[in-house]
Formats: sequence, C-alpha cells, structure tokens
Amino acid sequence: MNTNLLYILFVAILVENYVFVQFLGICPFLGVSKNLKTAMGMSIAVIFVMVLATAATWPINHYILESYHLEYLQTLVFILIIAALVQLVETFMKRYMVPLYNALGIYLPLITTNCIVLGVVLLNAQSGYNFIESMINSIGGGLGFMLAMFMFSGIRSRIDESDIPEFLSGLPITLIAAGIAALSFQGFVGIAENLFM
Amino acid sequence: MNKSKEVFFQGLIKENPIFRLVLGMCSSLAVSSTMIASLGMGISVIFVLVLSNIVISSLRKVIPDTVRIPAFITVIAGFVTIVQLLLKAYLLEINNMLGVYLPLIVVNCIILGRAEAFAAKNSIGYAALDGLGMGIGYTTALLSISFIRELFGFGSIFGIQIIPEEYTILIFTLPTGGFLVLGFLMAVWNKLATLQGKPKATLNCHACPVAGHCGEGLIRLQKSEEVQLKSETKKIDAKGDKADKPDKAEKLGEPEKLDKPKKTDEPEKLGEPEKLDKPKKTDETEKLEISNNNNEKNLRINTEKEKKQ
Repeated sequence: MNTNLLYILFVAILVENYVFVQFLGICPFLGVSKNLKTAMGMSIAVIFVMVLATAATWPINHYILESYHLEYLQTLVFILIIAALVQLVETFMKRYMVPLYNALGIYLPLITTNCIVLGVVLLNAQSGYNFIESMINSIGGGLGFMLAMFMFSGIRSRIDESDIPEFLSGLPITLIAAGIAALSFQGFVGIAENLFM
Repeated sequence: MNKSKEVFFQGLIKENPIFRLVLGMCSSLAVSSTMIASLGMGISVIFVLVLSNIVISSLRKVIPDTVRIPAFITVIAGFVTIVQLLLKAYLLEINNMLGVYLPLIVVNCIILGRAEAFAAKNSIGYAALDGLGMGIGYTTALLSISFIRELFGFGSIFGIQIIPEEYTILIFTLPTGGFLVLGFLMAVWNKLATLQGKPKATLNCHACPVAGHCGEGLIRLQKSEEVQLKSETKKIDAKGDKADKPDKAEKLGEPEKLDKPKKTDEPEKLGEPEKLDKPKKTDETEKLEISNNNNEKNLRINTEKEKKQ
C-alpha cells in the first residue's frame, strides 16, 4: 500500500512530469519562470489550488457523477468547481489571511483557467484513483511543476546573460532550452517500475 | 465586406494564435506528434471556437460584466462536452489519441481569449468569421508542427509511410521534439515578422484571457517584466552578434563611470580573489546605486558568477 503511494508520488514528480512530459501548464511555466521569486510564488499557489481542487472534486465525482452515470459532465462540473473554488479561496484569504494573500494573491486568478489544475483533476478521475491516491498524485504533480519552474528559472537567468543569435532571442530560445530540459526527464522512464514494484 | 475579409484573414497569419499571439501552447505541443491527431484537435477547436463565439456574441448584451468569465467558461465547456460526445460516438480512435487534451480545450487560451477580446465586443457575423479564421490559423500552425515531427519522427505523413522506419529520428516523437520544433518555427516566424518591421511574438499579459481579472499586483508584475524584456531586447539589438563581454558592457550604454572600475576590477580579482572581495563589494553596491534597474540585475548576476569562480 505504502509503496503504491510512493510509486504514484514518484511517477507524478519525475516520470510523468506535468510540464516537461505532459505539457500541462506551459503558459505559466514560460510566463512566470523569469526569476526565482515569482517562480516560487506561482508554484506554491499551483500546489495549493491543485490539492484543494482535488479535495473538492473527488467526492463530487465519486458520489454524484459516477454513481448517477453523469461522467460526461465532468469537464463542465470540474471547471466550474475550480473557478468557484479559486474565487472563494481568494476572497477568504483577502479577509482572514492577509500575509498569505499578499504572497499568493496575485497568482490565484491566473490559475483558474490553467490547464494544469483541470488536467490533474481530469487525470485523477480517468485513472480511477481513490481519494488518498488522488491527493498524492496532485501533490506530486504540484511538486513536479515546482521542480520544473525552479530548474527553468535558473536556466533562464543563464540565457539572459548569454550571447544568443538575434533571430532566436526571446521565446524561441526559451522553448529550445525547455526542450533540452525535457530531454533530461526522459531519463526517468522505466525507473519507477523497478524501484517500487 | 472588406472588414469581414480582414477579420477572417488576420487569424491566419497576422495574428496567428500559436506563432504570433502565443496562445494555446499546451495542446499545440502535446498533440502535434502526429498529423491525424493535430487535424482532429484543429477541427475540434474550430468547432468549439466558432460556436462559442457565436453564442457569446449573441449573449453579449445579456451577460452582466461581473460574471462574464464564468459565463464564457460555461458556454465553452458545454460545446467541448458536445465535441467529446461526438468524437466518442463516431471517431473513437481520435478521441483516444487526444486523450485528456480534448476536455482541456475548455481552458485553451485561444477560445477564452477570443471570447473576451473579440466575441464579447462584436456582432455575430464577425464573431463567427473571427472564430473560423483563428481556428484555421491554429489548425495550420498545428499541422505545420506535426508535419515536421511526424515526417522525421515516424517517417510518415498522415500515417502513410514515406521514409523507411529504420531512418527515423526518435527525438522528434518525444516531448523534447515538440519544444524544439515549435522553438525553431517560432524563430522563423519572428524573423519574417521582423523583416516586415513587426515586433516579435512574446508571451504577455494581453494574450491571457484573465488579464482583466488580475489583481493590481499582477499587472505591476507584468509591467516590470515588460520593462525588463524591452531593455533586454534593446540590449540584444545593441550587442550585435560577436560582442564579447567587455564590449557588451560598453555597448549597453552604461555610464562610463561604471565601466572603467569594472574592467580594472576583473583581472585583479582573478589573481587574488579573497583579498579583493570586500572592496569589490562596495564598488559593486555603488554601481548598483548609480545604475538603473536593468543594469542592476545584470551586475548582480555578474557578481554572483564571479563569487562562484
């Protein structure tokens, strides 16, 4: 049981990294990874919202949608839950947790329409995880996102000061660097099965 | 008539959603490993985009401004669900290929972005044309990426084998290939745009559908990043191709004061790193005070680098 959870966590962070392998959350990954501080704020906000969204959507999916065979409504229901949840959390934070709001508040509205949150929730539903497994998968996915953001903000600060051919500067070189970084994650394929199974 | 032509064609090239507006990156990277999947994704996006644009445009006077984003999302999610059901019923293979990226059309920035930027402000006819133009622009961009990836990665086009399998290049089928191909194609588009005197494509806040919803803090964050970006592009323009480090510093247009002590500092520092550390630091802080924000950042990076050495 425990190895199973560890396996899910490991796979979510490294093998199936949401940014580099599954291409979810590319927009914030490219947009907010310019420096370490904003990268950290964004990834903490993403982990926070992902865990909350999973906690909110799992019971609804399991007890309402699946038991009444309404799976086709998943997309619609999940996105509305996430949007409402983010709005609620933002309002709640603004009122009762001012320091936390100051740190994360600006990132929250960005996350509502972010594919990484909806993606993780949908993948949890598709793979039939139970509640704890879903939570572990979300935490792992968030940590994987954080890892990618941290790694890439370092790479970008190096890109900023290096001499790049004019036509590649800006977005193209960022994408190419991301491609090379993604290559390193290919190395984890197949490791998890041998480690935990 | 003229305007409708313009509305239709701007989505194809001038405001191509992927290469110019930099929207919908996730799906364009993920499904572009084969052309069939790209075509399926493109047609699904055209369907959702045109219909949601029509519905949103016709409801634009009914939907209150404060709840417009949730209302748009609901409309879009409804159409995405229709596409999902249709694909599951008639084209199960494509449905399985697209996997989770099909429901993720809901959060594809192109659709919400067009709803917010165009459909909510224009009449039904124009909104439909805009959706069609943008959708076709997205599809052609996706097909051009997947053409390269499938041809070199699998040796085939639309599943028809052209290059024998032994001679294919595996990397194009991997996620890395998606990033690389998109990066190089983006470079080509940027080059063409700069030849015509247009700015390069950047990932920025006005492409983001929730930009209007963002707190002030985010707008500030984006502004500071934009300023940084501008100065960076200026720097690159000034730098030329072969400029080496001291050259770069000169061309950056830093005041001379900053330049001279720095140049003399560097060789000394290399010789006796520990001794000179302290005076260097004070030097550096003085410089920081004089220089503006952007140079500050550069210098900081430089000093950090030197410390490590």
